[in-house]
Formats: sequence, C-alpha cells, structure tokens
Amino acid sequence: MSDITALSASSLSDALAKGELSSVEITRAHLERIETTEGALGSFLARSTDALSHAEHSDARRASGDSRSPLEGIPVAIKDVLCTTDMVTTAGSRILEGWIPPYDATVVRKLREAGLVALGKTNMDEFAMGSSTEHSGYHVTKNPWDITRAPGGSGGGSAAAVAARQAPVAIGSDTGGSIRQPAAFTGTVGVKPTYGGVSRYGVIALASSLDQVGPVSRTVRDAALVHDVIGGHDPHDSTSIPTPWASMTEAADAGARSESLAGLRVGVVKQLVGEGIQSGVTQRFDEAIELMSRNGAEIVEIDAPHCEYAVAAYYLVLPAEASSNLAKFDSVRFGLRVTPEGSPTVEDVMSATREHGFGDEVKRRIILGTYALSAGYYDAYYGSAQKVRTLIQRDFAQAFEAVDILISPSAPTTAFRLGEKLDDPLAMWAGDLTTIPVNLAGIPGMSIPMGLAPEDGLPVGLQLMAPAYQDARLYQAGATLERLFAQRDGYLVSERTPEVV
Amino acid sequence: MAKDQLMDLEKALELFEPVLGFEVHVELSTDTKMFSAAPNPAAMDEANVDPNTCITPLCLGLPGSLPVVNEKAVEYSISLGLALGCDIAPVSRFARKNYFYPDLAKNYQISQYDEPIAFEGSVAVEMDDGTLVDVPIERAHMEEDAGKLTHVGGATGRIQGAEYSLVDYNRAGVPLVEIVTKPIEGMEHRAGELGRAYVSTIRDIVRNLGISNARMERGNLRCDANVSLRPRGTVPYGTRTETKNVNSFRSIERAVLYEIRRQAAILDAGGVIIQETRHWHEDTGVTSPGRPKSDADDYRYFPEPDLLPVEASAEWVQRLKDALPESPVHLRRRLRAEWGFSDVDFQAVVNAGLVPEIQATIEAGVEPVAARKWWMGEISRIANDRGAEPASLVTPGAIKDLQALIDAGTLTDKLARGVLQGMIDGEGSPTEIVAARGLEVVSDDGALLAAIDEALAADPDVLDKIREGKMQAAGAIIGAVMKAMKGQADAARVRELIIERAGATA
Repeated sequence: MSDITALSASSLSDALAKGELSSVEITRAHLERIETTEGALGSFLARSTDALSHAEHSDARRASGDSRSPLEGIPVAIKDVLCTTDMVTTAGSRILEGWIPPYDATVVRKLREAGLVALGKTNMDEFAMGSSTEHSGYHVTKNPWDITRAPGGSGGGSAAAVAARQAPVAIGSDTGGSIRQPAAFTGTVGVKPTYGGVSRYGVIALASSLDQVGPVSRTVRDAALVHDVIGGHDPHDSTSIPTPWASMTEAADAGARSESLAGLRVGVVKQLVGEGIQSGVTQRFDEAIELMSRNGAEIVEIDAPHCEYAVAAYYLVLPAEASSNLAKFDSVRFGLRVTPEGSPTVEDVMSATREHGFGDEVKRRIILGTYALSAGYYDAYYGSAQKVRTLIQRDFAQAFEAVDILISPSAPTTAFRLGEKLDDPLAMWAGDLTTIPVNLAGIPGMSIPMGLAPEDGLPVGLQLMAPAYQDARLYQAGATLERLFAQRDGYLVSERTPEVV
Repeated sequence: MAKDQLMDLEKALELFEPVLGFEVHVELSTDTKMFSAAPNPAAMDEANVDPNTCITPLCLGLPGSLPVVNEKAVEYSISLGLALGCDIAPVSRFARKNYFYPDLAKNYQISQYDEPIAFEGSVAVEMDDGTLVDVPIERAHMEEDAGKLTHVGGATGRIQGAEYSLVDYNRAGVPLVEIVTKPIEGMEHRAGELGRAYVSTIRDIVRNLGISNARMERGNLRCDANVSLRPRGTVPYGTRTETKNVNSFRSIERAVLYEIRRQAAILDAGGVIIQETRHWHEDTGVTSPGRPKSDADDYRYFPEPDLLPVEASAEWVQRLKDALPESPVHLRRRLRAEWGFSDVDFQAVVNAGLVPEIQATIEAGVEPVAARKWWMGEISRIANDRGAEPASLVTPGAIKDLQALIDAGTLTDKLARGVLQGMIDGEGSPTEIVAARGLEVVSDDGALLAAIDEALAADPDVLDKIREGKMQAAGAIIGAVMKAMKGQADAARVRELIIERAGATA
C-alpha cells in the first residue's frame, strides 16, 4: 500500500477483511497525515489520544472473528457538535471550552458499536452558525484545494479533513446546508438524511426542527456505509422515525453497477438555478444535465415558487429555535463562567458569561430569534415563516409526483476566499439558497462533485434531492452519476485534491 | 414593609364583589419524570432525597439532551382531565416557555400553551354546610416542574441579600398538571371557604385517582389564588392579584379573605390595584408584593420542536373514562347517607383518609358504627404510636372476624382491644389469639354468682343501697367481680346478676 490515506473506507474495509492492512496501520497513517497537514488546514478542534488503542482493540476483535460491521477498524472524524465522553465537546464555541460531556451522542455510540475509530473532533462555525467555518470560536479551517479559501461551513472541519485525507469518512450536521455546501466546496460527498432518519440525541442543537446528522466521504458508497451505521430509530429522540430503513449501501451498489439512468425522472428546480450563480457552476450543472439526459434520464423543469422565500423563512425559524436552544448556556451548570467585579447577581454572571462566551454571529442570531418570538411579532415572523415552510413542503410534494429526484447546484459558487463574506452576513446567508429548502421540507439531500469550475479550478457540487424516507434513491442515483462523471473525466474529483503540504 | 390597610370584611363585601380564580399545580407520582427516565422524587415516600441524585442530562439541561414524553404522565393527565369533567383534546401540543432562572436548567420550561390536553370542565365542590358549588374549569395542561433554590447567607432566606444559592435539580422535570379555573363569581362570604374546599376537592380527586401523593406540605399540590374586586353593580372585572406560596387548605381561605380586605381598602381610598404576584406568609397571615406581572412578561412561547404533538385516541380516552372511580364528593355523599354518620363523624373519617378501609369493613359485614369505631379509635391510636398507616396494620376482613367474636359475646370490647394488639403483632387470627390466650368471656352464671357473692360478703351494704335505688353502688361489686374473673366477664351480665341478687329491678 503506497498511500493508505488515499483509499476509500470501502477499499480499506476490503483490505482489512483480506488481512492486507490492520486498523492500527490505517489509524496510524491517518494520524500521521493529520500531523503533517493539520498546521496548514486546522480541521480539528480536538484529537483523540487513544485512537491507536481503539484500533488495537478493533484488530483484536477482527482476529477473534468478532468484527462488528463493514466499517470495523475504519477511522472517522466527528464534528464537534456531537457529544463524546472521551473528547472535549465545544460546538466550536468558547462558552463550552474544555467541556467533556457525561454521555455519548447516539450517533457516536453507534459508531463505536460498529467498531469505527474516532480520530478527533472537527472544527465548525460556532454552534453551526455560519457557512465558512470562519465563525469558529477557536480557529479558521482552510480549504485543502486552496488554503486562502474557506472550506464552507458550518462543517468545514469535517469536509476539509476528508478532502485532505486526514480521515476517510467524517460525521457532519446539516441545518441549512452545513454538510452539503462544505462537501461542494471541497470536492467531497455529503448527505443530509431525511429529518428523523438519524438521531439528534447528544447533538448540540442549533435549530431542532432542521438539524440532521449525516456522513461526509470521498465516495457515494462510503457515505452509504456510514449512513447505514448511524441511521435508524432512537427512542431518545422523539422526532426520530420509527420505521425501518432500506440499506443505503445496497442502493449505492445497485447504482454503481449501472451505467444507465433510463427511466429516472429528474427535476430541475427553476428557482434554484437562477441568478446569482457563478458561471462555472452553471456550466458544470448544464453539462451534468446533458450527461444525465444522454444516459437515459428524463429531464423535467420544476416550478417550486415558494423556494423564493426559503432563505427569509429559514433565517426566522432558525434564530427563533436557536435563541431558545442556546439559553441553557448560562454558566450555572457547565461550561464557561465569567464573574464580573463587585458583587454581581446571578443575572450579571449569566450576562457576562454569554457576552464573553458567544461570538458575534451567535449573538446576532439570538437577538434576531428573540425578537421574532416576541409577543406581538410571533405571528408576523415565526408564524409566517412556518407557513412558508408548509408551502415549500407542498411545492416539493407536488414536484415529486412528477419526478423521482430533483437536482440543483449544491451551492451558487465555488469556495470563496477567507474573509470575503465575513463582513456581509446577508451575502453569507444568501449562499445557502440552494441547500435551505431541503431542510425546511425535511427531505434528504446529497452533494456529489460534478467537476471543477473552469474559471478557478475548484470543485463544483451537484445536489440531489429525494422525497422524505427515500434516501436510498439518492445513493442509487448518486452512485451511477459518480461513475458517469468518472468515466467522462477520467478521474474522481477527490483524487485531484492538492497535496496541501 | 408598611403594614397593609385592611377593610372590615362585611364592609368590603357590601361595597365590592369578589371574583376568584385558582391555579393548582399537581405533581404526578409517575415512576419517572415528565420527559426523562430520571426517578421521580414526587413518587417517593421519603421527604428528603439527597440533592441532585434524581437527575439525567436532560434535568441539568446539558447540551444535546432531548425530552421524551412519559406516556404514563399523559395517561394520568387524561384521567385527571376526565375527573374534572373536561374534554380531552385528540391532539395537544407542548410549547416552550422561555425565561432565565437558575432553577430552570434549560432556561425554558416545556409546558402546554394554546393546545392543552384538557379543557372546559366543571368540578362539584362540597361546602362546609354540605351544599355543592360547581367550579368551572378552564383547562388542565401538562408541564414540567423546575428545580429548587436554597438561598444561603441572607436574613430572609430569599434571593435578595443571599451570599450564594444552592440548586437542587431533583425536582426539575417532575410531571405537573396545572389546573386553571375560570373566574368564579358570586361566592361572597364564602369566597375563602370555597378556595379551601376547592383545593381540598382537587386533593381528594387526585388521591382517589392514585396519580399524586398530593401532600401540600411537600409541594405535591400547590395553589395560586387569584382575587379581584369589582364595585357592586358593575360588570368588568377588577385588576387581580395572584397570591402564591399558599400551602395549606386553611391558608388558602385566609389568603383569599386577606386579599379581599386589602384590595377593598385600597379601592375605597381611591387607589388602584397593581397586577402582581403576592407571597403568602403563613406566620404573620399577610400577603406581600412579589414581582409585578404585566403584559411586559413575554415568555416567547413557541411549539416545542423536540416533541411531536400528543395524540389521545378516542379508544384510549374511553378506556380511561370507563376506569374512572366514583368521584370523591359523590362517593362521600352516598356513603354518609348509607352509613348514617353525623357530618362531624363523617368529616373526621374523611380527614383521616380512612373512607376506603371503613367502606371495605362495612362491606365485609360489620355495622357502620362498629367499623368506624375500630378504624378511628384503636387502630388509628396504634398506628399513630407506631408512625404507621392504619391500613398497613390490619385488614378489614380481620376486623370483621374480631367484631363477630364481640357480637357473639365471646369477647368484651376491652378484651377485643387486646386481641387487636395481638393481631397487629402477628399472633394470628382473632380466634387463634382468643384460644392461645384463653381469653374467652366467662358466661357461666354460676361462676359469676359465686364471685358476686364473695364480693358482697366483703361489702354487704351494697345490696341495701341498690334496693334504695342507688344503682351506682353496684359499680364496686362489678369491679371486684371483673377482677376476680381477670377481666374475662361480660360486665353488663354481672350487673344484671347483682341487681337480681338484690331483688331489685333494674
């Protein structure tokens, strides 16, 4: 094996099964890769100190025939929004600096039970509020394709880590695009499952009705393998869907076996491909449509008129729920405590702690959300936003009567430069236009690379959307498309990721 | 604090009409809390559980924790709603009530707001004179309790002036049902009494349903009393105050009357009532202002996104309706009539909580008066001595057996009390104890007469006195005979025999 870190989780799994590699070798290779690249990238907020010991246990299990899953012994990076009992969990915020949760998130528990080896916690915008990871309370993460550019956000750490081969797979969370947009910016695959498909228990909440955890990887099949591990009903999350799920891996395998999209009805959402889209993105998107059409897909233009209001509705629902979810950070029971001079009251301590502990973007959204929920404004803001949400759901339901999947660019642009949008929150928010409707509708969405933009050579993401519960459809279509793109280009986009150092 | 001016109650009621409203919080005695698997201290017998031992990540509001609705708590809430004559919402919803306070771990309370589980009911309340008053119920909704703060270092034990405060989150997340009445008009002089009787009725209902320990002194049952006054002959309600912290039935009555008198004095002097919460002080019998409560209070309610709506199927509701026990008020009125007890006697039974035991004993075949005497008398006395619940000492069936021995003349009342002691101490059934102790009453007249003659020989004047009509003189002889018989004689029969000996007629 010349470079272990270049292998997909799927290939590593095969090598482990054949005895060609051990989990210790694989884990060590990734730890070394982190060691050499982390200084340039800053993907991680915390690194596991006992990853190798977990890898040894995994090898021992395999040796005694007790492998727990196809991903036994495979390293994984975990977004810092998920609670881990063995690593500091901060959600990218100073207000949780040094906090070690007394319990594992259900997703983390499932990863451990499946034998994966956690490498560390990845950087993110503070409390997942942001689209560039520049709002992390700790440091900025760089895009491996160009370290002057943002890896996207909020899950820039997970996406950068996977793109730069620091980890074969990672876990992200997606409230308005935090898995898919970074995937698009880094040439990786990212999936936001159906709302309720993956447990939110132990996931530090941003907006409870929108948050969803999902996989980040370099191939569609790898994402499917992770999805099968982390998905499924969790009695600790009331919004978790109790019905059983199809195997995403089987769907991906079925898709990868096929070179044809015959019979697949593909809808192009008019409202998500309009103005404000970078020309290279539009070009690659048009080529993708052409490719699909040539391979048998039926392309249908879809009108989803209410998507026009998605960003506005989202930036009311999200701050409203976030303002309440973030109220618990008050210094009384855990996390940072800042005590002002003199004889402060408990309210003084709470205020000082929140003032010092929260960053500007978090404060901006707390204020916005508090206002939107206020008596007299509730109906106009939160109430109206929820109505828009219902209308968008109807738009999608109607669309899916005519087509099997919907497509759009994953993001309007390729990775923007660090600092470029930092002083313009509205421009930053507008960049979420393509991903937000998916969260508002609760449906699954996937971003896969569809080439490099001619003008800047950066990856461009294609977003696939399916009806709720039909996540498997994304994996099947995604795997076929991945194969068709590779045949067309002669490479997978992720294989072209620069060396970083 | 300036002392409140109070108007004489009679005068206050001449000038103003009181309008009342009550909010009663009931802690449910489910095994676990409202939204987590933490043990529920409100279901425990111990009064004091070590602080912060009944907690999960949710009780502490830890990041990432999520609520899950306790189905049993929903079931209890539906039963309570039905017992209050409410409609049960097929779909109700939890909402977040947002405010910062250190005892509220998440800094929001999960409650029900515009979609409560039960609404539009009515509860019959029995007044002291036996008349019934129907109290209209606005709604009953589910919510979670907050933690408990202990303020240390201040003079008053309140947050003002405290050096630091301790927080115990054991109570955080205990399931609550809040029962809200509609405005209650026309109670006049009986306003205070109604408050007491209403809360007492709620206590009886939740105990009867077995859904709460309902001990006011432990905070299982808490009442806020709303009082407003309007000048006689006017329609709009006056400004109300909400008196909190009222934790005994008697205090509710006193607090309501106090507020009527206080508000009347202010209004009569041309002042205005401030809409505020007030605290009741048990020791001084006054209320004092708490925080102003106005439209400025903004809890930013919104539907709880972590929970699905609560669905109560028609079948579920019907099943619970069918299982409802007879309401305590109706049961009591029925039993009082059937048993023929006086109001005072019956109320004593109710207060002692022994209606079920006495009912079961009567159903086993014991006369009501005898059943009451056993449970309210000797059994209660022993229970009191031992710090035990009367019902835990002896069964209604055993009391029936004991009483049967008295009725058959085998035991005197006094002997029977000794046997009861033996029964409680586990010595066996009444018959076994009588046999083992050789307690059977001597009913052989020959043996009794011999003992009487022996006693008369020592005190011959007695017969003359009896012949003169001084019947009480027989007492000394009866005493001597009972002593000779070691108590195992029927004193009434001894008395009859003495009178026969004297040749007198009783």
